Amino acid sequence: MTTAFKINGKAVQAKSEPDTPLLWVIRDEVGLTGTKFGCGAKLCGACTVHLDGEPIRSCSTPLSRVADRLVSTVEGLSKNNSHPLQKAWIKHDVPQCGYCQSGQLMSAAALLASNKNPSDADIDEAMKGNICRCGTYVRVRAAIKTAAAEMRGAKA
Amino acid sequence: MTKLQTSRRGFLKTSAAVSATFGGGLMVGIVLPAAGPAQAAAMLHTPSAWVHIADDNTITLISARVEMGQGVYTSMPMLIAEELNVDVQKVKVAFAPPGKVYGNALIFGLQLTGGSTSVREGYDKLRLAGAQVREMLVAAAAAKWKVDAATLKADNGMVTGPGGKRATYGQLAEAASKMPVPEKPAMKDPSQFRIVGKPTTRLDTPAKVNGTARFGIDVKLPGMVYASLAMPPVQGGKVKSFDAAKAKAAPGVVDVVQIPDGVAVVADTYWHAVKARDLLQVEWDDGPNAGLDTAAMVAGTRAALASGKPIPHKKEGDADAAVSAATKVVRAEYVTQNLAHAPMEPMNFTAHFEGDRIRLVGPTQWPDAVQGAVAKMLNLKVENVAVENTFLGGGFGRRIDFDYVLQAAQIAKAVAGKPVKLIWTREDDMQHDFYRPMAVHQLAAALGADGKPAALTWRVASQSVTGRVFGLPPEAPDGTMVETATPLYAIPAIRQDVVKHDTGVRVGYWRAVSHNMNAFANESFIDECAVAAGADPVAYRLSLLDKQPRMAKVLQQAAAKAGWGTPAAAGRFRGVSMMEGYDTYMAQVAEISIKDGAPVVHKVTVVADLGAMVNPDTVLAQIQSSVIFGLSGVLWSEITVAKGRVQQFNFDSFRVMRNNEAPQIDIVLVPSTEKPGGIGEPAVALVGPAVANAVFAATGKRVRRMPLTAEALAQA
Repeated sequence: MTTAFKINGKAVQAKSEPDTPLLWVIRDEVGLTGTKFGCGAKLCGACTVHLDGEPIRSCSTPLSRVADRLVSTVEGLSKNNSHPLQKAWIKHDVPQCGYCQSGQLMSAAALLASNKNPSDADIDEAMKGNICRCGTYVRVRAAIKTAAAEMRGAKA
Repeated sequence: MTKLQTSRRGFLKTSAAVSATFGGGLMVGIVLPAAGPAQAAAMLHTPSAWVHIADDNTITLISARVEMGQGVYTSMPMLIAEELNVDVQKVKVAFAPPGKVYGNALIFGLQLTGGSTSVREGYDKLRLAGAQVREMLVAAAAAKWKVDAATLKADNGMVTGPGGKRATYGQLAEAASKMPVPEKPAMKDPSQFRIVGKPTTRLDTPAKVNGTARFGIDVKLPGMVYASLAMPPVQGGKVKSFDAAKAKAAPGVVDVVQIPDGVAVVADTYWHAVKARDLLQVEWDDGPNAGLDTAAMVAGTRAALASGKPIPHKKEGDADAAVSAATKVVRAEYVTQNLAHAPMEPMNFTAHFEGDRIRLVGPTQWPDAVQGAVAKMLNLKVENVAVENTFLGGGFGRRIDFDYVLQAAQIAKAVAGKPVKLIWTREDDMQHDFYRPMAVHQLAAALGADGKPAALTWRVASQSVTGRVFGLPPEAPDGTMVETATPLYAIPAIRQDVVKHDTGVRVGYWRAVSHNMNAFANESFIDECAVAAGADPVAYRLSLLDKQPRMAKVLQQAAAKAGWGTPAAAGRFRGVSMMEGYDTYMAQVAEISIKDGAPVVHKVTVVADLGAMVNPDTVLAQIQSSVIFGLSGVLWSEITVAKGRVQQFNFDSFRVMRNNEAPQIDIVLVPSTEKPGGIGEPAVALVGPAVANAVFAATGKRVRRMPLTAEALAQA
């Protein structure tokens, strides 16, 4: 039995058992390793992907839940770093070790998809689930504002 | 990590094999590698161990330090590129394989990334290497064109000469590789630097925003299988017996193997391995640590202050007599807690055992030790142990230890032929860390009529990480226990000593190591002295820094930047701290309020004089990082043990700082031409006392133990 879904626009038929966490399907079966394992318990956000545009923790989402739905990962933002968030992340040199950054980016992308002018409180709410032990928070916040400005069409 | 004793250095130099204890009592020997120059594959020409130039002018610069967030993937190449005269944004970067040439002179020549040493150790060495290769390229061109080398110029990857002669570095690389290495090539005056000291975009950022950066957990080798390892619930415990029947019958399981640290399930996917691990029935022998309990560990450490054998650290005058005779004495005891490193990437490594050789791929801060230890453990020739570093998803000192690499190697040997990726769960990671040691400090100061300290007595009881990692004898001084221990303040008489006390919990190097505990004690204590003297904390410190102008200037700037002396906003309170650590002079001012009985940190002002810098933007990032990393342990995080079992499993019970909790961080870097100081760690150590001193300003309560929770404040 397989589970059909789309990942970054591409159709896949996953062979993993339906109770397999989406995270490991994405990483080990689909082969996209940008999405990271951090805690396995929805506590750190490193595994954040979008399901039909909404941010979810893929470590705790069974494959069965994504059947016939749209999943997007950090690789789906862009491969050439052209997404406004990727550009802003580079401009502010956000990552340090970089391990949590895919999750940070996907949480930020979900925020900006619905809110192109987030307040600090909006950013707090959207990003508090994503732990960064390197402490890149100051730059994450600045980069989200820069990306939001670009997406609004304003000068960054 | 940096100020290990001289005797220690001699010991290591003369010791071919350094014994060390890893993995809960497993004794292994680290054979220091004798390997020579770079083995980096597919590089056509290697005029130096640091520079590989291909015929097509692709230039690869080697980083002998591993990238765990601190920016060496950019700063090390910047140093080489400065003198090589190439655009650092156009070079490739590769991590060094194990090799003696890549040793760290600040850590006994070991190929170890830690102790905020990378820039300090590489600053001269890597620029020299770049200059040497540049001159070798010029010499090759001069020979080829039969002209005087002095008429040639090497810049932007090209050597040019009179009459329009030009050749790329790639075209000259083969001949250059055969040129003698100049001992004293011409070097730029710092005023001529075009790369070093200029804010530079990190070379690893692009790969870290699109999912292509390769961490250990991302390694994939052909035919690879996955392992999950059940380890004892009590550190130091052992497998008594186990029943693997159900696990072996589970989908995808390849094998179940016992290794010294536990029982590993090997399967075709990671998830199959984890699920089958839950089906294992293991009976554990809890071993000697079954009774460990944090309260008893603190009490035992405190008792050791009186009963243990003190190792002298510093003695000037007769401080004990002065304190005994004084009419005004300040006394205090400070306690710091055990902490986990908890990097975001759980421990993992990939190993492929093939009879007489093994390939190891993954994240480690100490590749040559990994190589030596695995060679010894599996009885392989050192040169048959290949170690390839990936990016590290955080290190903070955890990946100096390599218990998880040995485990991966053992499992790989048991399933010979198949590459194995061992991945720990977060719970494994939290439960099987090498924790920051706890410490109990007791300090006493005699205050003179002027309120200044006339004498200081200082004793700490704590656990020696270096004893465990390097086998440092119990009676030997341990430099990693006395970092920043002696304050810069003018104190006429001082007596300091150290008692080593093993609590039973295994301990490791945790970012800023003993700076954390010593700065918390010293900078809280000097605040207490200032209060006893009726003096302002900044003015009091400055009055003791007449002979430390560099430190005094930094403190003055921090006070000015933070608005010290002007009223804070309603409900806000400030605390200050300062120290020299890693050759960096730093002061911090924390601004807090109290909410629900606990401190909320709103702003941290950091002023640092760290001498010459390589990448100032990375310096800022490291300070931001250190403040936030430090605050987690200052405000919330704690590892506790009950009945031998670590009580924290994941980020719910081990609370760390999140985005919405991060303070504003104001940083001023003092322009300086002094030799470079380290910046990956010092700010971690200073944020604790700054916040604790602010808590005193806010509440009148002196909280003398970390973390500074509502409970700790209530009990103060």
